[in-house]
Amino acid sequence: MTEYLNYATGEPVADTKAPAGPVGERWDTRRFEAKLVNPANRRKHTIIVVGTGLAGGSAGATLAEQGYHVVQFCYQDSPRRAHSIAAQGGINAAKNYRNDGDSIHRLFYDTVKGGDFRARESNVHRLAQISVEIIDQCVAQGVPFAREYGGLLDTRSFGGVQVSRTFYARGQTGQQLLLGAYQALSRQIAAGNVEMHPRTEMLDLIVVDGRARGIVARDLVTGRIDTYFADAVVLASGGYGNVFYLSTNAMNSNATAVWRAHRRGAYFANPCFTQIHPTCIPRTGDHQSKLTLMSESLRNDGRIWVPRAKGDTRPAHQIPEDERDYYLERIYPSFGNLVPRDIASRAAKNVCDEGRGVGPGGQGVYLDFADAIRRMGRKAVEAKYGNLFDMYQRITDEDPYEVPMRIYPAVHYTMGGLWVDYDLQTTVPGLFAIGEANFSDHGANRLGASALMQGLADGYFVLPATINDYLARNPHQDPVTAEHPAVREVLAETEDRLGRLLKAAGDRTPDSFHRELGELMWEFCGMARTDSGLRKALERIPQIREEFWRRIKVPGTGEEFNQSLEKANRIVDYLELAELMCLDALHRAESCGGHFREESQTADGEAARRDEEFGYAAAWEFTGTSTAPVLHKEDLVFEYVHPTQRSYA
Amino acid sequence: MARTMWDSSVGKKTVMAVSGLIMLLYLVAHMIGNLKIYFGAGEFNHYAHWLRTVGEPFMHYEWTLWLIRIVLVVAVVAHATSAYQLSRRDIKARPSKYVHSKPRASYATRTMRWGGVILGLFIVWHVLDLTTGTVHPGHFQHGHAYQNVVGDFSHWYSNVIYIVAMLALGLHIRHGFWSAAQTLGVGSRARDRALKTVANVLALLLTAGFIAVPVGVMTGVVS
Amino acid sequence: MKLTLRVWRQRDAGAEGAMSTYEVDGISSDMSFLEMLDVLNEQLILSGEDPVAFDHDCREGICGACSLVINGDAHGPERTTTCQLHMRSFQDGDTIDIEPWRAAAFPVIKDLVVDRSAFDRIIQAGGYVTAPTGAAPEAHATPVPKADADFAFEHAECIGCGACVAACPNGAAMLFTSAKVNHLNVLPQGAPERETRVLDMVGQMDAEGFGGCTLTGECATACPKGIPLVSITRMNKEWLRATRKAGKR
Repeated sequence: MTEYLNYATGEPVADTKAPAGPVGERWDTRRFEAKLVNPANRRKHTIIVVGTGLAGGSAGATLAEQGYHVVQFCYQDSPRRAHSIAAQGGINAAKNYRNDGDSIHRLFYDTVKGGDFRARESNVHRLAQISVEIIDQCVAQGVPFAREYGGLLDTRSFGGVQVSRTFYARGQTGQQLLLGAYQALSRQIAAGNVEMHPRTEMLDLIVVDGRARGIVARDLVTGRIDTYFADAVVLASGGYGNVFYLSTNAMNSNATAVWRAHRRGAYFANPCFTQIHPTCIPRTGDHQSKLTLMSESLRNDGRIWVPRAKGDTRPAHQIPEDERDYYLERIYPSFGNLVPRDIASRAAKNVCDEGRGVGPGGQGVYLDFADAIRRMGRKAVEAKYGNLFDMYQRITDEDPYEVPMRIYPAVHYTMGGLWVDYDLQTTVPGLFAIGEANFSDHGANRLGASALMQGLADGYFVLPATINDYLARNPHQDPVTAEHPAVREVLAETEDRLGRLLKAAGDRTPDSFHRELGELMWEFCGMARTDSGLRKALERIPQIREEFWRRIKVPGTGEEFNQSLEKANRIVDYLELAELMCLDALHRAESCGGHFREESQTADGEAARRDEEFGYAAAWEFTGTSTAPVLHKEDLVFEYVHPTQRSYA
Repeated sequence: MARTMWDSSVGKKTVMAVSGLIMLLYLVAHMIGNLKIYFGAGEFNHYAHWLRTVGEPFMHYEWTLWLIRIVLVVAVVAHATSAYQLSRRDIKARPSKYVHSKPRASYATRTMRWGGVILGLFIVWHVLDLTTGTVHPGHFQHGHAYQNVVGDFSHWYSNVIYIVAMLALGLHIRHGFWSAAQTLGVGSRARDRALKTVANVLALLLTAGFIAVPVGVMTGVVS
Repeated sequence: MKLTLRVWRQRDAGAEGAMSTYEVDGISSDMSFLEMLDVLNEQLILSGEDPVAFDHDCREGICGACSLVINGDAHGPERTTTCQLHMRSFQDGDTIDIEPWRAAAFPVIKDLVVDRSAFDRIIQAGGYVTAPTGAAPEAHATPVPKADADFAFEHAECIGCGACVAACPNGAAMLFTSAKVNHLNVLPQGAPERETRVLDMVGQMDAEGFGGCTLTGECATACPKGIPLVSITRMNKEWLRATRKAGKR
């Protein structure tokens, strides 16, 4: 363990692709400077896309429309089921349809500030620029956004911003946007431009002569492990929130694609930046397999409170008004219940740690609509939040119109990911990462309704423009075959890994290890982190890993549909990634965005950023399991949005 | 267009809906005609004769009747063939049953399928019984419709066959009429209630109207 | 809670399947149905048996992966997805039958997992608007009446789980197909492909070996998203309209 902590700091890493000049012109300049591939030559190029969420689905469809031969993978039985489908709230765009003072610059500003000054200005500005095109594109595809009686698109304000720029489709915006991308992709599949491999999971990356040239993937139905080759590989495999076992991610969302790419040379940036969402339904017991998020729009009208006294177990309605602590309204009088996600989450944790939490295990706070119902009437509350209330009631069997909801924070999104340049290319030439899989646009904290925007910006607009440049500069690569020694090696390693899992014949199930790791991470690398806690976690993780290989039990064989084997193999990667997350959290001895270090806070308990020392993105280079990674810093320069300490009091 | 119709499951359903509606129209007329039996042999036989002379002098004797018969035969054949082919497709599409089975799931389908078969057999019987007289249980005489009907329903098994068939007809129309409306795309949320009411009323009227004849004979009101 | 589970076990697509009986104990009424199966599977792994394979992913009722027929009902006794069904819907001591979706077009892959790729091919046949990236006009160029937008949304809610097919005595995919046809056909953006869409999607639906519709309404009763039966009527109308227009051309 001590060896792992002794990481070296290597050469800084810099984005060399974003052009100089005014930030508003950089994307145009880059698109102009990027080389193009002759349309007639495009079909000779094969591009692998891993994942079919908002980023992968939109990228696959668009690249195929441009004439490339796309080979695409997803572990689900259909590309339509990627976890983007579960996003509820909406998608931001600087359309300024409300004439309320919104602009591209304001969206850019809000996103950089919301990310607590740990994102790259060039990327964020491009994101804000593209946001308006995304809405046009989605409407053209038939995405049924909410509309007003005049037939024009409706918007709402979201996540504490003061403009109304969030487009939505009831509480199912992610679903509708994803189905739009899925349908565009389906059209290309039918046209023969996309070769789709559902129920196929990427297990490793093939790098030949320093370039990404393909992947190793397992057919989850037959168990067959195969190699696939291409001129470029795009990872759109999502985030790694499932390291925590309990999260709002889908059960099978996993980090294998990005982690294997990291092991093959792609730097992993800011792994400790995870977002904890404040309004999730609390867990009910050890059987809990995942957590369900409820849109944070609930905080617009619900009031959050806990009893004043510790260990008060009276039902909510028996606690008189003056014995309640509306702690967010008390601590943050001007923002009240609408403080940003990280602040709301941490405050909930604090009151629960004080022993004032409510519900089973004391891991919950009340979100009370009694006042809202009195003020607006039950009808209006129903119209606004009916579907969320129904969902809550279905899961908890409590009627939120009668008793206050109970909520608790849960892991929701990971801002960290593979380090990419302005072209979304990783440090492995020919390997691109888009969507939540990369680290690019959200800094240390993501604003509500920005994940959908980024996924689609990357997939529809950014990658299809920048990947041309790579392909045009590397037009005639030697064909790679399964016989290539580098390919054989990767394949053999993969087969060996799965073989070891199947042979271990231990006495613990994959889930038991996953749960143990998750609890450890939640305790020490969750909402609040300390030097000593992170050191404890870093000591424990290698022990769990060692025990894992000794005691894991995977039934069945590798030549069949084997969900236990899938799980176990994903845990292998979580056990390594978790260690890097803790190391990154330990090294970043400041608080910023979703990363709160207890040692670094202001006198009144707010997160204290330390720009002088940590005003960089931390990109880690893999050197081996258990051996210290190398840190490469990317200095973040703020020319347009000047860092200020956030204040919501 | 005919090809598209016949090749598609939706198209075949359309064929069933249209042919079904043609038969339904015919049945309404048929039932009204039947009720004349309550007004005595003279009026009933006159009506039966008139059926052969409809359209004269433009049409020749029995032409209209034959025209109607041809349309009906085409409708029956189209209806039955579509039903048979669709049923085969349906059974093939669901080859294995649930171990935990729910009877309600197939109630409507079952009544339509078995009811359809019963009605098909009945039509054959009915034509042989009262049109050609081949299987008529009594003394069948061409041109004496009233006497043939009364003679027929003086035998218990004719009554049983007839009444069972008419009950099947009622059930068939009840689901079939509403179903045809959906197939032809005229159903909607607003209209659903009205369509179901019309289907029920039609089913009830036709069943009652047709059964009124054997009941009349059995009770001696018609003799 | 203590329960007896009778679960369909089938090694792979080619193998014969049968119901196997298992006992699970210590089930909390707060568990979701799938969490109850997780308990069973942990038990099976530790006793050296093959765990029960079933599809699941988001576990919040939106991805459409989960697909169990519980006591003869697709997604079980409540109108929701299997993952959102909780054990409080059952009683201590109950015997629960768990089977896969059954339809010729959805062959069993293993145990409770079926192949629903036929649905993808129906969408590929025409369930899209041809709008290549970058070619889109300004979003407000074409206002869409709110009623139409709401109608489109109501049908776009389909999660493609296949409960409609599983519940239909004929294994028909009419409700699934109609949901997409209606979503896109009502919108101005979907208008240029209105006729080809419905003809091609219905054609593909037939080619996949789904049954025909006898309007039993079982599909709409089973649908966790409440796609109404009248959706099928509406598609029939679209289909007839398209057939007529194609005939004139």
